[in-house]
Amino acid sequence: MQQPNNIIYKIEMAELKEELKGKIIEVLNLEDIAVADIADSDPLFGEGLGLDSIDALELIVLMDKEYGIKLSDPKQGKSIFQSIDTMAAYIAENRTK
Amino acid sequence: MKRSIYINGIGAVTAQGVWRADFFVESHPLQHAVNAVQQPSYKELISPAMARRMSRGIKMGIYAAQQALDEAHITIPDAIITGTGLGCSEDSEKFLRNVLDNEEQFLTPTAFIQSTHNTVAAQIALRLGCKGYNFTYVNRSVSFESAVLDALMQLHDGEASSILVGAVDEISDHTARLLQLIGYIKPSDVHETVKESKSPGANYAESATFFTLSQEKTAQSYCEILDLCLQNKVSQSELPTFVDKFLKKNGLQLQDIDALVLGYSGDSDFDGWYEQAEQLFDATVSLYYKHLVGQCDTSSAFGLAMAAQFVSDQAIPETAQYNTTTLDRPLKNVLLYNQFRGEDHSLVLVRSC
Amino acid sequence: MAGAGVAITGIGIISSIGKTMEESQQALLSGTHGISRIEHVDTKLRDNIWVGEIKYSNAELADLLKLPAGHNYTRTAMLGCYAAQAAVASLGSCDMDAYKTGLISSTSVGGMDYTERYFYKYLEDPALHPYISTHDAGDSSHKIADYLGIQGLVTTISTACSSAANAIMMGARLIKHGRLDRVIVGGTDALSKFTINGFNTLMILSDELCQPFDQDRKGLNLGEAAAYLVLESEEVVRKENRKPLAYLAGYGNANDAFHQTASSDNGEGAFLAMEKAFTVAGLSASAIDYINAHGTATPNNDLSEGRALQRIFSDDMPLFSSTKAFTGHTLAAAAAIEAVFCIVALQQQIVFPNLNFKTQMEELDCSPQTEARPAQLEHVLSNSFGFGGNCSSLIFSKA
Repeated sequence: MQQPNNIIYKIEMAELKEELKGKIIEVLNLEDIAVADIADSDPLFGEGLGLDSIDALELIVLMDKEYGIKLSDPKQGKSIFQSIDTMAAYIAENRTK
Repeated sequence: MKRSIYINGIGAVTAQGVWRADFFVESHPLQHAVNAVQQPSYKELISPAMARRMSRGIKMGIYAAQQALDEAHITIPDAIITGTGLGCSEDSEKFLRNVLDNEEQFLTPTAFIQSTHNTVAAQIALRLGCKGYNFTYVNRSVSFESAVLDALMQLHDGEASSILVGAVDEISDHTARLLQLIGYIKPSDVHETVKESKSPGANYAESATFFTLSQEKTAQSYCEILDLCLQNKVSQSELPTFVDKFLKKNGLQLQDIDALVLGYSGDSDFDGWYEQAEQLFDATVSLYYKHLVGQCDTSSAFGLAMAAQFVSDQAIPETAQYNTTTLDRPLKNVLLYNQFRGEDHSLVLVRSC
Repeated sequence: MAGAGVAITGIGIISSIGKTMEESQQALLSGTHGISRIEHVDTKLRDNIWVGEIKYSNAELADLLKLPAGHNYTRTAMLGCYAAQAAVASLGSCDMDAYKTGLISSTSVGGMDYTERYFYKYLEDPALHPYISTHDAGDSSHKIADYLGIQGLVTTISTACSSAANAIMMGARLIKHGRLDRVIVGGTDALSKFTINGFNTLMILSDELCQPFDQDRKGLNLGEAAAYLVLESEEVVRKENRKPLAYLAGYGNANDAFHQTASSDNGEGAFLAMEKAFTVAGLSASAIDYINAHGTATPNNDLSEGRALQRIFSDDMPLFSSTKAFTGHTLAAAAAIEAVFCIVALQQQIVFPNLNFKTQMEELDCSPQTEARPAQLEHVLSNSFGFGGNCSSLIFSKA
């Protein structure tokens, strides 16, 4: 993992999180929600955004299509998709594109 | 002893808007080959979290179902039975396009999940928390009538006391183009109403029509459904026997029928069956409805809604009248007849109550 | 046997374990599954999945059925015609016009196998147009009715993976109400790129042979099949001097009303469907000697169904097995082929094994039957569940 203190890394992470929010809203068709409505630490499932198991499958495809990350077991999604924070961290570390 | 079965609630979403008191006053004959539905706002009924995955057909079905339940003052019916010819065509097409266009990569599940034929019935059950019997019939122009037949048997038995029965068909772009290629839908440059039509094919439109059927007669009851019958094949020459047998089974003769509701679709190749039916009945009022709601596999459900309304009102608006015979007696027994391209024939008998 | 239920007088089946009753029975008894790599569908997932595929090409099926050149029978329709014809043939004599005869068929995929092939090509090639009208679910039923010469009540049910159970249920109702004297009921589904990819997006396809009710199950294998039963009224049975193969004693359908695809944790819908079937049959749970479970081998189904079974049978669990490891999950046809397996089980007094089972699920206190074995069977239960929370149970009784 890169240096957390690195200013460039911080900016990149912030950009990634914004991008991620936009993409989630788009692929999950969350019409009434704007990027600004989602806090980085908000839970995505259950309370919070209220996503469910079908959304988790949609997010797995998003990870593959946009970032080249293949998750073969839906159970892996549980920890990765906790929040925008956890998703962005996983992407930053594992992305192949 | 068979119990009587009543239509206690109706709901619809059609090319003429939703089911309402002045529906027939405000309706105009369709002239396009493919007609859009006038959709209501679904916001009050369907939460954004649910709506984001729903195609038009699902939303139309939920809306019409809720109207039918509300009219009948039923919160949760004992069973939900639907009919659809092409099912959730929009999502089927969407998923298939994704499979073909992306060469089986990066596919997401939502469209596939929603493409199942029983999605509308399932989504209504999920929304209502209805754990009862849940069936979906998918057999072209008898899809809806099969659902009604199932409901009648269960209500006759007393297995259920109120059943939500309905029909939905949506039209997706590519499917509509393909149906034009084989002449089911008129070409886009033909603009004929059902009555003016001299060409093959029909004007299509999506629609959803739902009913609450019940054993109990209430102040809301529109009419009684006496019986129905279905047959895959009936030639024009067999039609008199087909009708006669059905009426006899119900202790009626041709002259007991006060009005006919016919499925005239403006298809010059296949409307002959309806002309044949008219000729069987001497000086009987004939009515039609597909000029208003268009053709789809389950538009005959709207024919039943219309018949129920007129029997309840004891009046027939001019817009629904097909022949020039005027009604000179009480509207007691109404016979509905529908077929599609000479197949999947149905007869439904309703009576004032 | 008045009061025993509706008489089943004929059966016909084709699946990856056999194109006749005898072949199917032999495979079940010897534990020979029909799971292989896919050959007849052009899919990129070929090396990732295992399927229960019928090893006949469309051309071979058309030859078997003696269809004329230029026919527009889809694979779904051809499989359906093949099995329905076999069911009628098993009656010995059958005059379609002598009694009010109907057909209640079912399918989930319908003519999608041809639609996915020609979807875009239709726009350019008029020679393909006869297949356009075969897309809908009703097409295969019409083809079967024509093939058998049925003029009467013909309709189709499509409730995903419980479809054929529901077709059987509707058929029984029509007989009980005297609306039909004879009805051919069942289902047909061909493998297609559409369904393979659909189930793949849900991440419930196993890359190994499926292991129903196993702790380490990884998902299902898809399959294709068709099967039909002939149900006849008491009057026809008497007049035609039939010897019923078994009786359909009970049936029930309920909705889980929990989630569009997943089953509830406690199997509420399954529980309600089984309860209804017991009521219709006038039997208590303790009368059931064997259960042919839905048992798709997905983590979700087997847990939900297992819990529902334990709620119904508590400490007195009958022998049970899922035969999906033999045939794959054949979707709309599943309940029909499993109905045939139940009837054979009753006739032969034998229980069929649940293949590939190794480890009991930690959430359950019971394990499936893993060997074919003789058993005294009076009443057997068959479960089938589908998307949209659709849960159906059928009870078959010994003739």
